[in-house]
Formats: sequence, C-alpha cells, structure tokens
Amino acid sequence: MSEPDTTALVSVTDLHTYYGKSHILDGVSLHVGHGEVAGNIRLEGRSITGVPPHRLAKMGIGYVPEDRRIFRLLTVMENLRTGLDREGVSDERKRALLDKVFTYFPRLAERRNQAGGTLSGGEQQMLAISRAMMLEPKIILLDEPTEGLMPRMVSQIREIIGVLHREGVAILLVEQNVPLTLAASRRVYIMEKGVVRHHCAASELDVNHAVIKQYLGV
Amino acid sequence: MDAVAQFLKDIPFDLILIQTVNGIVTGMILALVASGLTLIFGIMDVVNFAHGELFMLGAYVGVIVVATTGNFWLALVVSALTIAVLGAALQIVTLRPLIGRDPLNTILATFGISLILQNFALWEFGPVARRMPSPLTGHFILFYLDYPWYRLVVAALSAAIIGGFWLFLKYGKYGIWIRATTQDRVMAQAMGIPVPWVLTGVFALGAGMAAASGVLFAPLVGVDHTMGLDWVLKAFIVVVVGGMGSLGGSVVAAIFISLLEAYAAIWVNPSQAVIVSFVVLILTLLFRPTGLFATPK
Repeated sequence: MSEPDTTALVSVTDLHTYYGKSHILDGVSLHVGHGEVAGNIRLEGRSITGVPPHRLAKMGIGYVPEDRRIFRLLTVMENLRTGLDREGVSDERKRALLDKVFTYFPRLAERRNQAGGTLSGGEQQMLAISRAMMLEPKIILLDEPTEGLMPRMVSQIREIIGVLHREGVAILLVEQNVPLTLAASRRVYIMEKGVVRHHCAASELDVNHAVIKQYLGV
Repeated sequence: MDAVAQFLKDIPFDLILIQTVNGIVTGMILALVASGLTLIFGIMDVVNFAHGELFMLGAYVGVIVVATTGNFWLALVVSALTIAVLGAALQIVTLRPLIGRDPLNTILATFGISLILQNFALWEFGPVARRMPSPLTGHFILFYLDYPWYRLVVAALSAAIIGGFWLFLKYGKYGIWIRATTQDRVMAQAMGIPVPWVLTGVFALGAGMAAASGVLFAPLVGVDHTMGLDWVLKAFIVVVVGGMGSLGGSVVAAIFISLLEAYAAIWVNPSQAVIVSFVVLILTLLFRPTGLFATPK
C-alpha cells in the first residue's frame, strides 16, 4: 500500500468488522479530502462522527499509532495510568488489568519505573498495546505494529493479536506485512491509492494469490 | 598581591550573609510566579503576558479580603481561588478558541488581557498604592538588622506551595494527565484524557499560583496596578534561563538570579543591580538558548 499524499481523497466504503457474531463496526464510511472530514462513522450502530477524541476512548476505541507515541518522559507505569485512571474503575479492576499486561509482557513489569523513552522499539510497541488495553476497549486500531521490529518481535505481535482477539477485542489492523496480516485476520481489505480494491475473508487468500500479486506486488 | 589581600579584607561578610537571605526570599517568591508561567508555557505553548496582572489582581483581592475580615491567611486562600476561577474563564473565552493557531495570536491575546486587567485595576482601585499589613510583625536580629520573620515565612510558604505542586504533578492522577498532555496532546486525547479541560485547569492553576505569590509579596512592597510588570519581566527571564517548561529549572534560576542581584546590590544601587538579570539572560541566550536546565522533549 502506498502512502496517500495529504491532498488525496481517502474513501473507505462499506467497511464491516465482525467479532464472532456481533457486528462491531457497522458500515463505517469515511471520506477525507483537503483537510476536511465528512461522512459518517458508527460504533455499534451509534454515530461517532464529530465526537471529541477523548470521548472516543471512553466509548471503547483503543489506538496504537504507527510510531507508538509513548509518553517518553513518563515511566512505564505512568504511561499505563493515562488509560487506567478513568472514572468508575475499581482498584481491584486496575490491579487485574495491570496483572494481565505484565503477564503478557514481563519485560514491562521489570521496567515499570523506567521512562518510556528509554525503552527499545519492541518494548515501546508492547507498552503502546498495553496502554491501549488499559482502556478495556471494544476495538483496537492497530497501525502498522510490526514496522521496524525484529522478526522475533513480529511473531510476538502476532501472538498478542491472537490474545486480544480471544478476549473479545475487535482489531482493525493496518499492515504492510502480508503473511502476518493474512495469518492474524479474519477479513482483509486491500487498499491502493486510498480506494478499497478488494475485500474478502482472509482464508480465501494466501501470499501467492493473484490478488495479492496484483496489488501488493509480492 | 597586596591589592588582592586588601580586596578580600574588604569583602563585607555580614552584608553578604544578609543579602543571601534576601536573595533566597525574593528568589522563592519569584520561583512561585515563574513556575505558573513555565507550566503554562510548557503545556500550552502559550506565553502568558497577563501573568503579572493575575499576580497584581491576586494582591488586590488579598487587600480587600484582609480589609473586610482581617485574616491574612483566609485572604491568601480566597485570592488564589478567585483568580484561579478568573484564569479559567479567561482561558475558555480567549485562549481556547485560538488553539492550533499561530502562537502570535495567543501572545497578542494575553497581551490584550494584560492591558485590560491593568487598566481595570487603575479604574477600580485608583493610582495610589494600597498597604497590606503583615500577618506577622515579629523580628529577629541579623547582625545589626531587625529582620522580619515574615520574610522567612514567605520563602518557606512559597517553597511549600511549589513542593506540593511538584508532588501533585509527580504522583497525582491529574498531574499525570498534565504531563501526558504536555508531551503529546493527540495521544493524550486518544487515551481518553479531556485535553481541553486539562489546558483550562493548568491555566487556572498557574493563575492561582500567581495570585498566591501576589498576596504573599504584598506586605513587603504595597499593592498598585503596575506591580505585576516588574515581576512578570523577571519571571520571563527566569523561565528562559531555567529552560522553558522546566519547573525545577525555574526554581533554581529564580534563586540564582535573585542571589546575583542581591549580591550586586552590595556594590551598586539596587536599580542598577537589575542589569545583572539581563546579563544572565543574554549570556544564556547566547550560549545555552534552550536554558540552563532544559528537559529533553
């Protein structure tokens, strides 16, 4: 997928995401052009267009950006607390959430009092995902999680996606790593120049499929 | 050698000690003014030219409360709260609509606010300086001086407020929100932090701290509508020398500059001693433009 330039129109049409039998994203349609946002985005059937970003987090959308955006001067613990110190989360629940991510990522537990900026790329990725998990989201937007990571970390990311999925978190994954994406996803959308060129169940494709060759040139 | 020996013999050690105490006292008040300023700059990228006027209005509110209730400490609290609310209102009305615009817009806006508040004070309270009675009248002997206890209390209180504020930033839930917002506003929003309200809260907090320092300082100099000018100028120097947005840097720089000025006042008259601050400012800008104690972003 090539990077669309900023003035290009981005339009994703009729994007559906499923978890099990529940229809988590129902007809997302967004249309971005020349610095404007138009269209209508729905989460569980409710329109979230124009909702301020901090409310979206409360509605259950976790965001793991491409460049991780760790709060560099905050410790690992403090990074997690940005998502944990919400209203209506009991201390017990907080401990359980922390225990969970520290079980998945023992490295983060070891470094809990270290500044986020001093972590390695892989550790920062673990922290970015853990931080989003603190929000107990219904869906996590995962933007190119494997970019710049060692192969060992890539397979770990693959496992984490599986774990999140088993816990009932829907994932919208944007990736250029085709084998990983096909292995981790249920549905895939192939986008080129801001247009969805093809979509189908992930099981219908493999890396040697003609569609992959046509659009992704691998 | 004789000249050096003579110079050493002529150093007035008693004066130096007195001026050290004076410098630390002034430095702590200055640190309190500057920490509000550096916080607002650090998190909002807003250079708040109205900070001195919030300091001045805080002192006036203090004078009024003392005149009606006679209780200085009540005045300190009431003034800080009143000016914090005023600061929140100013931020919502004038600065929030300017978020994302050229910083020049916010500079003009805060400069405008500063002029309005200053003239409001002149119109409302008149040009004659008000006196604020000191809540403590005791003295102790420092060499040949009767040194007022109140000055030491002011220094200690300023230090306590800054210390409490630091603890709040370090461990408090809202402190973490503030630091996260300072570092990455977009990501903070994505984590559910209500960034617009964090910005308003920080402005209110800075305003409240300016007001508290205004009340604390009022018994030492008297209150008039221009009293904010000197302070905000010096506080700006402190913020630049300490490193924009660095709380610890501001405290150290405030004490450093106040001590230098106090020592300089031994040999030149106090109005010339102010030059020292500007020399430090220019040297800092020349050799360490990010400030002496800047934190890496």
